[in-house]
Amino acid sequence: MNDKPLRLEDVSLSFGAVDVFRHLSLEVTDGEFVAVVGPSGCGKTTLLNLFSKFLKPETGRVECAGRVRMVYQHDSLFPWLTVAENISLGLRDLGNDSERARQLEEITHLIGLEEFANHYPHQLSGGMRQRVELARALVGDTDILLLDEPFSSLDYLTRLRMRNELARMLDQLPRTVVLVTHDIEESAQLADRIIVLSERPARICCEFHLNIARPREPTHPRVVETVHKILAEMGLERKGSAALSSLVS
Amino acid sequence: MTEEKISSRARILPFVVVLVALLIWAALARFRLFPESVFPSPAAVARGFVEELRNGRLVDDVVASLFRVTTGFALAVFTGIPAGLWLGHHARARTAFLPVVNFFRSLSPLAWIPFAILWFGIGDLPTVFLIFMASFFPVVLATVAAVASIPSVYFRVARDYGFSNNEVLTKVTLPAIAPQVITSLRVTAGLAWLVVVAAEMIAGRAGLGFAIWDARNGLRMDLLVCGMIVIGVIGVVIDRVLLQLTRISSIRWGYER
Repeated sequence: MNDKPLRLEDVSLSFGAVDVFRHLSLEVTDGEFVAVVGPSGCGKTTLLNLFSKFLKPETGRVECAGRVRMVYQHDSLFPWLTVAENISLGLRDLGNDSERARQLEEITHLIGLEEFANHYPHQLSGGMRQRVELARALVGDTDILLLDEPFSSLDYLTRLRMRNELARMLDQLPRTVVLVTHDIEESAQLADRIIVLSERPARICCEFHLNIARPREPTHPRVVETVHKILAEMGLERKGSAALSSLVS
Repeated sequence: MTEEKISSRARILPFVVVLVALLIWAALARFRLFPESVFPSPAAVARGFVEELRNGRLVDDVVASLFRVTTGFALAVFTGIPAGLWLGHHARARTAFLPVVNFFRSLSPLAWIPFAILWFGIGDLPTVFLIFMASFFPVVLATVAAVASIPSVYFRVARDYGFSNNEVLTKVTLPAIAPQVITSLRVTAGLAWLVVVAAEMIAGRAGLGFAIWDARNGLRMDLLVCGMIVIGVIGVVIDRVLLQLTRISSIRWGYER
């Protein structure tokens, strides 16, 4: 197995006159959880589209070794399929019927929606739908999970709950993950490494590493400290106030 | 939940309305607001109905009209939906063809009656042609609009999960457009039913439209009203039948969001 399954090498990309990336390089280690934050419109989603091969770079190389699944910003469950049928899309490649049924049962149990297996997406709450999306992307033989602001449409409390869910699911089904988010707290609560992108053309401003176990409390001192550092890096908070607040806590 | 309760009790309301309308009609006939020869009473219409049933004409006319509507409508659906799918997926073709489709959609199908008779004579064929002309263009336009409104993320998901082109059509596009297309089929079937009556008045030798025309020529206003009632009732039944399609569980989502 490649120990760097995701790699961007000197990638440049523009949409017409808009330069999105200029000579961007990035590597993701096998099993690593990387979060990408940055100002709105800086090319976070485009980064995922490069990894998923939906877009091709103008120059440079994109390597993606392994099977990729993506979870999108907006409802992407098929509304004409039930929860079980939607999740089964992720199991299409399994030849064995009984194995497919077993995995389906396992994952619906993991997301706690056994009773809703025969419900349609419009009959579920936003949080439940998002859990089904995650389940669909996690089942079967996949290696890499690309998450494009998967919880952005949920309310704050549901979002907190979903972060724990995701941590729990990844504990059971480990994957290499790239999470794009505008939610800095979310990135600090979930990721092993947080990459802060600059305005367009995006370059990597800085990286933060958090080697603490998941799930993490949003009030964990390291999480809070990292949030402050990221905010300061993005110019949204005065530098030094992070030290001050960690002193207070 | 309250809606459910209301709907179960409200089920008798339409019958109450019909009953009141019948009473008003009977009262108007009784007070001779118009002479009986131009304003038949409910009783006269009922007698006419029995007469038409006994001599078998009514059944023949219903069968003739339904056959024409079904044939013309089915032809329009089975050619219009594929045409709409094709146009929906090809922007250039859409730019080229949509103005023409809109032109024919705006043209009353009855304007084709002279040509229908000249080309196909009298009988089933001209009527089927007119129903086809009435239904085809709205079905095409509704399908194009439905395809255009499919969220693009569905196609990305299909690609992510390795759908073949055929599967994208049968497992994404068709189910995604089904609710909108079914709604348009209901509207179009109503239109087709309007057209069959008008077409048969001129280009028919049988059918409910012809029966109405024949009753008018024979000054049998009771039979005319009888024909009107049958046409209206069948129109409602056709709509109710198509409404059942919206109850299919994999299609309901389109009406509940």
